[in-house]
Amino acid sequence: MSTTLKDEAAIVGIGQTEFSKNSGRSELQLASEAVAAAIEDAGLRPADIDGMTTFSMDANQEIEVARAVGIGNLTYFGRVEYGGGAAIGVMLQAAMAVATGVADTVVVYRAFNERSGRRYSTGIAEGIVTADLIHWSWYLPFGLLTPASWVAMFTQRYMHEYGCKSRDLAEVAVTTRQHAVNNPNAWFYERPLTVEDHQSSRMICEPLRLFDCCQESDGGAACVVTSIERARDLPHRPAVIRGVAQAAGADQENMTSFYRPSISHRPEMDLVAKQVYAMSGLGPDDIDAAILYDAFTPIVLWQLESFGFCARGEGKDFVMDGNLGVGGRLPTNTNGGQLSEAYIHGMNGISEGVRLIRGDSCNQPEKNDHVLVTGGVGVPTSGMILGQLD
Amino acid sequence: MATDAKRKAELEEKLRDWVGADAGSCPAPDVVNGQMIRHWCAVMGDSNPVYQDAEAAKNSIHGGIVAPPAMMNAWTMPPFVPPWDDLAAEATDGEQELHQLFEQYGYTGVVGTDHDMEIRRYLRLGDEITASKVVEAISEEKPTPLGLGYFIDVRWIFRDQNDEEVGSLLFRTMRYQPAQEAMPVSSAAVSSVPTRLPPPKGHDNAWWWEGIDRGELLIQKCSACGVLRHPPRPMCGECQSLDWEPEASAGSGTVYSFTVLHHPQVPGYEYPLVVGLIELDEGTRIVANVVGCEPGELQIGLVVEAHIEKVEGGMKLPFFRPAR
Ligand SMILES: [Zn+2]
Repeated sequence: MSTTLKDEAAIVGIGQTEFSKNSGRSELQLASEAVAAAIEDAGLRPADIDGMTTFSMDANQEIEVARAVGIGNLTYFGRVEYGGGAAIGVMLQAAMAVATGVADTVVVYRAFNERSGRRYSTGIAEGIVTADLIHWSWYLPFGLLTPASWVAMFTQRYMHEYGCKSRDLAEVAVTTRQHAVNNPNAWFYERPLTVEDHQSSRMICEPLRLFDCCQESDGGAACVVTSIERARDLPHRPAVIRGVAQAAGADQENMTSFYRPSISHRPEMDLVAKQVYAMSGLGPDDIDAAILYDAFTPIVLWQLESFGFCARGEGKDFVMDGNLGVGGRLPTNTNGGQLSEAYIHGMNGISEGVRLIRGDSCNQPEKNDHVLVTGGVGVPTSGMILGQLD
Repeated sequence: MATDAKRKAELEEKLRDWVGADAGSCPAPDVVNGQMIRHWCAVMGDSNPVYQDAEAAKNSIHGGIVAPPAMMNAWTMPPFVPPWDDLAAEATDGEQELHQLFEQYGYTGVVGTDHDMEIRRYLRLGDEITASKVVEAISEEKPTPLGLGYFIDVRWIFRDQNDEEVGSLLFRTMRYQPAQEAMPVSSAAVSSVPTRLPPPKGHDNAWWWEGIDRGELLIQKCSACGVLRHPPRPMCGECQSLDWEPEASAGSGTVYSFTVLHHPQVPGYEYPLVVGLIELDEGTRIVANVVGCEPGELQIGLVVEAHIEKVEGGMKLPFFRPAR
């Protein structure tokens, strides 16, 4: 058995539903549609699937989706904790299952009615709080209840230490929107955003404005992971998993790691970067494009710093130099990201990472040897580097 | 009961179609005019000359008379029609249909909970305002002191004669099934004022909140190695000791970071709500609300001091304010 997950598994199929504000159908149906589409895209049949994994926040049990889609025997199923931090954690699970032979072909999925059903933006409600009840006791009475409020607390300090301005954050929103303008599947297709629109949008949690926050969406996305040998026989150019990792940092809390010596960088994301670079033998200079988790604009800057595309505190300069656009140094969130395509908890970003490798993104950069894809920020998280089949 | 669950599912199915729905539009019957401004100012006791004195207004930054911003939704309020008048039937709009739907399903109670106005620009004499309404969100069914209910967010968007947005208003109402009077209710449930969410308490944190109830801001201290830790945990991460003791904080510190919350507005809290991450002089940090200064005055590094206060509903909480 190999000692790392480098080049052990590849993404061979992707599928998704439409992304909307009101799907009009059950979450189980969304999951089933996305999973069936991914299997079809892979050129496989449901019976070929023997492993399934999703986020612990997903309401659709593996066996329910399996029955609906007609997937038969399963030899692997498992889930990953911590909200959007699970986005690439599920890929680590799939790659481990395939590399160890626990399963041959794993489908990874995430589906929800996050906009028309329970909205995460409305904050923690009683009844949602379970095992981490005590953790939230330090925030509930003071009204610090929403993802935007937690990220705002980090952002204020980050801006103070490095002189980052709201205008710098606008650049992330505007560039990402420009990508969505060309993507018919994006909610903001053909609807550009100006810096002025961003700067005049209403305050949500200072210093975060409306357009610093991602959308809320209904929809599902899925992908199929299998061995490199099997991938060679399937119709699409495979996206080979070159490096994949999960990480939680010291003194980590779930979105509220306010008690570390510094709160202006993300040690858990630094640890993801260190691992995926070590596993793949690659470095920041080898990465041609990125899908950086973008629930909020400032978290994109922090990831650029964690993955070494710029020095600590220089995320703003990297962004203002136009590097995130298609012609820039690091075309980023070429689908429009969660800010402007849809918020599917990072799962739609995996699909776009695969499209970039295949060469059929709506905003396809010329060079596509390696693509970085990341999970949530502020939570225990994850990331991977996708590459071409040699 | 199965039938109740079925009816609730049926209602929620219908409610889903309402989210994002257009709830009608309403052009102002009159252009922005001096007579209505004068009546408003008289009733409100507002003597600001920029609203009424043409000369003074001309020399102000507005360059002419403007309407009081808070009048925004007065311009497009539908005319009052006595309910016994035939015209009342014509005054219905989309939002009323939504309210009728709730009534059919037994949610007969209605109460306004939030009113949040945003002003883009001052209105000038002669502006023609049109309001359009959108049902922005409907919550899931929530238990409230008044009974089980749904919160409905309706946003009014005000536009001028050039179709430019001049302001908007979020109006949140709750439709509820009034709790039966015969039901025994605790004194807290009688209050119709929503309160802050209480901290969930367990073995590892209840002692800290009991300290707050006694008026003490405590920090957990490892009895073996002396390390201070907040939030509290059962074991010392430095030396793995399970022994600890509470130490009283002097309550002074500095603002390490902060945020001012505007949206969403959760019932029970006042907005804009200032939440600080305070670094206590003892070295640990704590999240709490900062009071006693305008949001604009607050900055990182500001020296603050703690006090403990009782809030609506009787719960005690630590607050920080600028040190004197
Ligand atoms: Zn110790």
